[in-house]
Amino acid sequence: MAKQFIFIPLLLLTILIFGFTLNRIWQLFKITKATNPTQDMVKRLILTLKIAMGQSKILRKPFIGFMHALVFWGFLAITLGSIEMVMDGITGKEHFFSNFGWFYSLITASGDLFAYIIVIGILIFLIRRKILHIKRFSGIELTSKNKLDASVALLLILFLMVTLIGLNWSNSIKNEAVLTGWFPVSSYLASVFSIEQTLALCVYQLCWWSHILGIFIFANYLPYSKHFHVFLSIPNVYFSNLEPLTKLPNMSSVTREVKLMMSPNPYQQNSNETISRFGVQDVEDITWKNYMDSLTCTQCGRCTEVCPANITGKKLSPRKIFVDVRNRMNDKGPKLIKDKHYTDNKSLVGDFISMEELWACTTCNACAQECPLNISHPNLIIDMRRYLVLEKGLAPTGIKTMFANIENNGAPWQFSPQDRLEWTKDNEQ
Amino acid sequence: MSQIDVPVMAQKVAQGKKPEFLFWVGCAGAFDERYKKVVRSFAKILNHAKVDYAVLGTEESCTGDPAKRAGNEMLFQMQALANIEILNGYEVKKIICTCPHCFNTLKNEYPELGGDYEVFHYTAFLEKLIEEGKLKIDKSIFRDKRITYHDPCYLGRGNDIYEAPRKVIQSLDGKFTELKRSKSFALCCGAGGAQMFKESEKGTKEVFSERTEDVIESGAEIVATACPFCMTMLTDGIKFRDKQTEIRNLDIAELVAMNLEL
Repeated sequence: MAKQFIFIPLLLLTILIFGFTLNRIWQLFKITKATNPTQDMVKRLILTLKIAMGQSKILRKPFIGFMHALVFWGFLAITLGSIEMVMDGITGKEHFFSNFGWFYSLITASGDLFAYIIVIGILIFLIRRKILHIKRFSGIELTSKNKLDASVALLLILFLMVTLIGLNWSNSIKNEAVLTGWFPVSSYLASVFSIEQTLALCVYQLCWWSHILGIFIFANYLPYSKHFHVFLSIPNVYFSNLEPLTKLPNMSSVTREVKLMMSPNPYQQNSNETISRFGVQDVEDITWKNYMDSLTCTQCGRCTEVCPANITGKKLSPRKIFVDVRNRMNDKGPKLIKDKHYTDNKSLVGDFISMEELWACTTCNACAQECPLNISHPNLIIDMRRYLVLEKGLAPTGIKTMFANIENNGAPWQFSPQDRLEWTKDNEQ
Repeated sequence: MSQIDVPVMAQKVAQGKKPEFLFWVGCAGAFDERYKKVVRSFAKILNHAKVDYAVLGTEESCTGDPAKRAGNEMLFQMQALANIEILNGYEVKKIICTCPHCFNTLKNEYPELGGDYEVFHYTAFLEKLIEEGKLKIDKSIFRDKRITYHDPCYLGRGNDIYEAPRKVIQSLDGKFTELKRSKSFALCCGAGGAQMFKESEKGTKEVFSERTEDVIESGAEIVATACPFCMTMLTDGIKFRDKQTEIRNLDIAELVAMNLEL
């Protein structure tokens, strides 16, 4: 009984804090604009199975991708064990799922095996970050706070796995005769390295409580961390862009205006709709999917690593776009909830993301191709260019000349449309 | 000076004919000195294979792709709606593009604006012609030539066309080698997204130079391209690296036309 008296209030507290956080994020989502990537459920489910469950895009880097896939699949297996622990905590029982027979053996065995695999994975990840200093884990957008966040998340996972291993190991010792479940690695370890029963019982209790508390803390830490992707990656892939990568959405507000302009009686079809803004200037102009992308991004840097602009030393880093979106939303969002006309005379475009960055993009979509969570960077970059061009008339000189040429002679260069068949003459022979 | 016989849509329609395909030449095809040779080669191939086609000629106008990528949605849609009016006026059903940027825009961005066509990239079209036996690629002029291919972003990553250009090149009997970064891993030439029309931002090197290094490293004598912008960038890169004598940049249409001795 004593276990339940402590456990249930702790669980409720965890849910309460988590609910508070989710509500806060929900309010921020409400500031954003509508978009409609929700049709084609079957296609989306298949995509989610392939990219999220099957980890197909992260496996584009075979070795480290496979390590991540193992950690991900391990998380799925271990989550079943965590649910059991919560049930045990609520009911005061032990091994709540143990009457599931062979299925119980399967989930306990895979959970046990994966705990060790995840420890190895996390150690490799830490070595890559802290000792090998892999290039994509640094960049102008990654402050010491971002780097600390990455280490804290990894260390928390390591803590959870160590306590889980301790739990399985001490359980194998204390229940040696009537062990429920199957713990292939831990019971082998228990057979070669054992302790006396009473001590095992103490270790078991210590590990049980520290593991479950660890989970509670981890769950409430995640939404404030880049590791929020643990929760959001699957939905983010589900809602991802199903169109060809280089298909840039047409702005329907512009279609209305252009059709009005080209119609024979432009003044008779006056539309009452007023357009608040063309393109994206600040966080209130982005879509909920853009915001979800920013919350999902775990700053792995695969986008920036393949960006031709970034590779050749330009300021643009696709990862930075989404890091900036999230930071800016954290700053401005809560104030916008209170007052939707709030302004601090700063904006995402200009103060956080410079024109120099936006104009360096070649829209090659290498970043979007590489993103394991199907984030689309170029489309948001173009939305920001749309604001610069359509609202501010700001563009590099060459671009302005190109616009003028298309307007005047229907080609990006200054040639007469009358000469459009000149190519049929072979001047060289 | 020799003139290629290229049928023009307005004249064909005036004669009561309705060509099966429209060949969308694109602004680079019409005006870029180097790329004119490419569309000439492609028109010669179309004539050789007796494809029933026509071009819009003076009625063609920019698809609006560079304007759209540079954020000028207004200009893009004005271009698009005007082009769609002409295309629908001629009841065009099938379009062949040489430029992947025109291809992407016509195929993906025009339908919602009322321009719904079956759009082919010429590499896929050439692949089909070869498969159907309408082009006999049997000369051995490229035998033992080391040929590599640079994937245009708007063709590969953008529209998932990786195999057609490779199959066409491989049918030429040369020694095909992949670049270090190829297919969905390919590095951009640096010209997409309206970069073609502006100075690049401050950096440590040019994108085309970075990509040219991949070409040099591959040891190829010919780098095949399938996009006018890629051609400009890689040709510049090869000059910049002073490799004009070792490496030639040719379009796939040119390679096929050379093989057919057109």
